[in-house]
Amino acid sequence: MRDWVEVRRGGYHDSVTLMRVSRRLSERPGVAGAMVAMGTGLNREMFGRMGFAVPDEAGPDDLVVAIRVEGEGPDEAGLDEARGALDGLLREVSRPPAQAGLLGAPAPARTTGSAAARGDATVALLSVPGPHVFPEAMDALDAGLNVMIFSDNVPVAQEITLKEAAARRGLIVMGPDCGTAVIGGAGLGFANAVRPGPVGVVAASGTGAQQLMCLLDAAGAGVSHVLGVGGRDLSPEVSGRSALAALAALDADPATELIVLVSKPPAPQVLDLIREAARRLDTPVVFALPLPGEDDLTRAAEQALRALGRPVPAWPRWTSPRGAAPVSGRALRGLFAGGTLRDEAEMIARDVLGWELEARGHRFTDFGDDAYTRGRAHPMIDPTLRLEALRAEAADDGCGVLLLDVVLGYGAEPDPAAALAPAVAAALRDRPDLAVVVSLCGTPADPQDRDRQAVALCEAGADVFASNAQATRHALTLVDGSIVEGTPR
Amino acid sequence: MSDHRDMHRAHRLGGLLSREPGVVATGVEVLASALADQAVPVEAVDWRPPPPGTESALAAVLGDPGHAEANARAVQRMVTARPHLVDVRPARDVLGLEPGTFLHAGPPLEWDRASGPMRGALVGAMLLEGLAETPRGAERRLERGAAVFEPCHHHAAVGPMAGVVSPSMWMLVVEDAEHGGTSYCSLNEGLGKVLRYGAYGPEVIERLAWMGEVLGPALREAVRRHGPIDLMALIAQALQMGDELHNRNRAATSLLLRELAPALAAAEEVPRARAAEALRFAAGNDHFFLNAGMAAAKACADAARGVPGSSLVVAMARNGTDFGIQVSGTGDRWFTGPAGVPDGLYLGGYGPDDANPDIGDSAITETAGMGGFALAAAPAIVRFVGGEVPDAVAATQRMYEITLAEHPVLQIPLLSFRGTPVGVDVARVVRTGILPVIDTGIAGREAGTGQVGAGLVEPPANVFTDALHALAETA
Repeated sequence: MRDWVEVRRGGYHDSVTLMRVSRRLSERPGVAGAMVAMGTGLNREMFGRMGFAVPDEAGPDDLVVAIRVEGEGPDEAGLDEARGALDGLLREVSRPPAQAGLLGAPAPARTTGSAAARGDATVALLSVPGPHVFPEAMDALDAGLNVMIFSDNVPVAQEITLKEAAARRGLIVMGPDCGTAVIGGAGLGFANAVRPGPVGVVAASGTGAQQLMCLLDAAGAGVSHVLGVGGRDLSPEVSGRSALAALAALDADPATELIVLVSKPPAPQVLDLIREAARRLDTPVVFALPLPGEDDLTRAAEQALRALGRPVPAWPRWTSPRGAAPVSGRALRGLFAGGTLRDEAEMIARDVLGWELEARGHRFTDFGDDAYTRGRAHPMIDPTLRLEALRAEAADDGCGVLLLDVVLGYGAEPDPAAALAPAVAAALRDRPDLAVVVSLCGTPADPQDRDRQAVALCEAGADVFASNAQATRHALTLVDGSIVEGTPR
Repeated sequence: MSDHRDMHRAHRLGGLLSREPGVVATGVEVLASALADQAVPVEAVDWRPPPPGTESALAAVLGDPGHAEANARAVQRMVTARPHLVDVRPARDVLGLEPGTFLHAGPPLEWDRASGPMRGALVGAMLLEGLAETPRGAERRLERGAAVFEPCHHHAAVGPMAGVVSPSMWMLVVEDAEHGGTSYCSLNEGLGKVLRYGAYGPEVIERLAWMGEVLGPALREAVRRHGPIDLMALIAQALQMGDELHNRNRAATSLLLRELAPALAAAEEVPRARAAEALRFAAGNDHFFLNAGMAAAKACADAARGVPGSSLVVAMARNGTDFGIQVSGTGDRWFTGPAGVPDGLYLGGYGPDDANPDIGDSAITETAGMGGFALAAAPAIVRFVGGEVPDAVAATQRMYEITLAEHPVLQIPLLSFRGTPVGVDVARVVRTGILPVIDTGIAGREAGTGQVGAGLVEPPANVFTDALHALAETA
């Protein structure tokens, strides 16, 4: 093995771009490891963990490149090759040089405020690192733009300041940590290509909103707008400031006939406040909360359809010809990219199997959780960690059923089945007694094409469901043959 | 009732749900491209992280509820100022300057830290005022602390290069007809071996004596006879004639002479021979207008001072050792750093080794949206300051990223008459790392040399981060 570490002054790229470069570099033959990242404290820690020594002078504004190649000796050609590949990758992702042409396009704006002044935008989508969000968000609000903050790690005091500033200007701040919005047909962040329709969604949960919009699309209903509010909006500190603004805006929107509010479990006093506000609206509000005794996302979608006087369809499913038999006595392992989809699956499992899931070896993991995304892209963009976990679970005899979600849409990886289907097929080849169930959140119009993804996964041996709740119940029947699928609670 | 209306307004979210969506995308590129893939209009920001350690200061300054309004008010005052040239008078009368007191360019400075050209100019001023017989004698007296130095900026004045003002020098008096302020600048000596570049030879002192005896009084009579001259109107015209009003003042000088010549010819108090001398001197100096433009810019910048919470820069000035700025929301405090050496072209056999660090109050022109900020208006000089026409356009366009407004009066034909970028915002400089571009002359580092070149220079970045932290403390 040979290590090569280089500090490049002032070569800034965003973290997602660099993670992609790192990943593509690591995949090259002869490369045992690679990391390309800005020299922030967190990244330095990651370099250290990988065994790379980063020079002290590398600061957060410097690009640090670390490559480990296989083989020994100073005249190792692999290193030169990897370095060449790295330069190529960086060139590829570099922005074109600032256009200085007399009549050419002016150089790109350098702040959100400057970009806002150039056009006629209605919303700013911010995904800079959390500690740097505030100035960009204030720029947007001062320019009369609404704000969607995709980033997390924004201090809660700043969140409140921004939301108060927005309220004074008659605007809304969606986020921080808001992954999903659909506004007038445009998907911001992780969002699916859904048909326009009568349902407005207020979402304190990104994948919860995606599940809802996909089911509504499948039912032919569609959405008017999906307004994210951020995972912390319904906390006691933030007190639903954005949820209340979003409810009021959708109530005033002529295209919205019904509102669905989807959230991870909110603070009880904030939920009371929201319910009270919802009662005062002219537009009916349906709640979709992963709480015991509340509707799951699929039931909330069904309730919304009934309230609109529309038929509830049979939700799309693709059953593998493999015909998995129940595998009683073994554990269910849920490997999720979507936090709310994980929570929903766990809630349903507790409902069916009782409260001692962990004691019986059942586990539900959210790979989108901070613990798995430190210094790494979200599993909807980079599946590496989850694929590793899939292999590990398949190698564990105690595991009988694997439950996975696949979330499609704008922003998500271009072809998740390309990596996942072969991994599923390999797992089932080694473990004929294993069953794999996939909850596939997407629409036929998504860039990845839901139906093509479904067929690929199904052919690999997985049972595929458009409803996460149905996928979970199906997985539960495989774990315990005494459970009958579709039993009402 | 009004609550109800407010609620109603709040629901509309700036047309978010009713208008065609348009997005400004700042950060991760995949999110911007996902929007472009949906054919949604998206303006992507080329974002870079600000310097480490500035996050909380930026949040404190920008989170101050009155900040945006304070900046809007300050820059509005800057661009609505209407400076007029109203009089020409000796510094001793108009500034109350006592013998043995001198003004200088830039932030405060002591003799020990003064650079060659600053020392040279002070020596020359001592000789002019008759406070020393010889340069060596003047230097010894200055070393011993025989004179008092104060920044021009502390007296509502500005001076180009060394900016040295002594009691007998005549000052242009400029009044702001909108906000009522008054500002001052000395008379321009021409190019070559001149006091402001640190030269103090006999020809320099003779010229200054003539300026006090002949030029000053002649200009006074001409200006008084003419009545107040609207300098912003004149500057706006000159900008459309190829001047950027810092390193090129040819059009503005001609326009000013066109105003003054008839009045001077008609002034009975001025003998014909002296009027002719004065006109010939002014017409022979393409930079004759510079000092009037600087006084005008100073009046505009001073109108924007003292707005609490505002991060608008109201002075950028160099004393040959330090570069200093003052900010509207932090009063008279200077934020200083080492003055850089300009990058440019050199006269004759001079080179970068002969250059003194940046010097002069003339960056007041950039402070008020002219000079380097208006480079796109002056294609004739871009080679002189090292570049091609597209570089000049790019420089002006880059300045829009760090300024608060586009000047309503000063317009650039090449940019379809877009107003010049005006009003440097400390916060935007820190956020973008883009530093103001300043046109400048280059003084020789040895006292007595004079001008060695001209070019472009940038302030040290720390002055902006220091100002930001100071503002954050007041927020």
